[in-house]
Amino acid sequence: MENKEKMKIENINLYYGEFQALKNINMNINENEITAFIGPSGCGKSTLLKSLNRMNDLVEGVKIDGKILLDDVDIYKDMDATVLRKRVGMVFQKPNPFPMSIYDNVAYGPRTHGIKQKSRLDEIVEQSLRSAAMWDEVKDRLKKSALGMSGGQQQRLCIARAFSVNPEVILLDEPTSALDPISTMKIEDLLVEIKDNYTIIIVTHNMQQATRVSDKTAFFLHGEVVEFNETEKLFSLPKNKKTEDYITGRFG
Amino acid sequence: MENTALEKSVLNKRKTKSLILRFMVWLCGILTVGILAYILLFILVRGIPNINMEFLFGEYNSDSLSAFSSIVTTVEMIVISLIIAVPVGVFCAIYLHEYAKRGNKAVKVIRLAVDTLAGIPSIVYGLFGMIFFVNILGLRASVLSGVLTISIMILPVIISSSEEAIKSVPDMYREGSLGLGATRLRTVFSIVLPTAMPGILSGVILAIGRIVGETAALIFTSGTNVLENPTLDLMASQRTLAIHMYMLASEGLPYSKDMAFATGAILIIIVFIVNFAATKLAGRIGGLSNGK
Repeated sequence: MENKEKMKIENINLYYGEFQALKNINMNINENEITAFIGPSGCGKSTLLKSLNRMNDLVEGVKIDGKILLDDVDIYKDMDATVLRKRVGMVFQKPNPFPMSIYDNVAYGPRTHGIKQKSRLDEIVEQSLRSAAMWDEVKDRLKKSALGMSGGQQQRLCIARAFSVNPEVILLDEPTSALDPISTMKIEDLLVEIKDNYTIIIVTHNMQQATRVSDKTAFFLHGEVVEFNETEKLFSLPKNKKTEDYITGRFG
Repeated sequence: MENTALEKSVLNKRKTKSLILRFMVWLCGILTVGILAYILLFILVRGIPNINMEFLFGEYNSDSLSAFSSIVTTVEMIVISLIIAVPVGVFCAIYLHEYAKRGNKAVKVIRLAVDTLAGIPSIVYGLFGMIFFVNILGLRASVLSGVLTISIMILPVIISSSEEAIKSVPDMYREGSLGLGATRLRTVFSIVLPTAMPGILSGVILAIGRIVGETAALIFTSGTNVLENPTLDLMASQRTLAIHMYMLASEGLPYSKDMAFATGAILIIIVFIVNFAATKLAGRIGGLSNGK
């Protein structure tokens, strides 16, 4: 049985000044699934990801037309960006914990959204860190700076931080590209573990990663979605010649 | 064989070159430290023996050149002008880097103004302060006129160091904050400013240095007057330590030169204390960002 559609992308065209970065994208993202975006550098996959929580708004000279719907609400017309970003969280390519303690990093999100009660914050911090499978690692040093941790731990902390505001969708922009294989494995395991509660979209350069974690995969090239299908089918029986060339390593 | 001989001579040349360079680097380092140490010793050795309770906390009258009144005025001036200039400067820097769009005309004008203000000699500020605050606004020669003049003077220092500090906060922190649904305002106050704080503080230290050392701009605005006992009255005309020192040095009374050195020693000690405190503060704030 198909899962419910969480986000709908309808006729998205995006321009950086004169340059068209996304061309007529249509795609549905299902709830409680992991969707992977793959493709060579500059193909628009990160751009589309950043459009889903309006992080592109921060870049000067971006123009976007078309519609992106979250639970059938237009996120560009009928939703405030801060509300959207609370519901659609993001984990970035480079681990970016704030220069604060581990505790304050995770508590930042809930504090932003008005939670001040200490006991409630403690609860959220513990829960988020548990969800990111790192509570036992850090519970004794919550007051220590987050910047003293390893890259892999920092990235998992960022995932915990994303959990802290209780999002519905989590966007991950090449979350493991700066990490070693063991940290990468931990994060992949984590994603598979949590997908029953979230909708996850992951941009990755690593095709093995896409096959390991994702249910659906979209292959991007020159700002277009060349093929979007169940991951298994896309990698075993690509319909498009370009997809086949890319996944067999003929280019990219 | 010839080849190795050639190589040897090249190697030798390199060795001498790096030796000379190393010598020059050391020499410059020693020279800098040496000059500073000499000046400090010169002033402290002559000044400290003349510092006594009477000089520090006594009354200024025809028998005593007590610096008490000037010490209080100096501290008063530091505190009030920082209260005025730091918020204005930091907010201006926030506007320049966080809110203004790139290529904005207002930004260009502000930058030009900041650079120009930074380059104006302090005596010109003094003249402006005398005409504008003292005469036109009718604030008379007073600590207030001096504070206002000095606030304008330190503004460019604070703006440019704050802007530098804010600029050096990585964009990924901002993205992380905005990505959690924080507003731009919360991002600036909870993430950007705390991270930039050590840099902003170093600008404040520079500004304090300028306030403490200022004479020309203050002679015209807060005056060279000195009251018998210290007062915090902003409308009183009062001299700061630097002016006290200048006046003593040019007075030519017997022992007034010694007292000028004593004043200089106190000035140096105040600057030391302020710098030490600010560095400690910056270290405490910046501690978390260094992964300690």
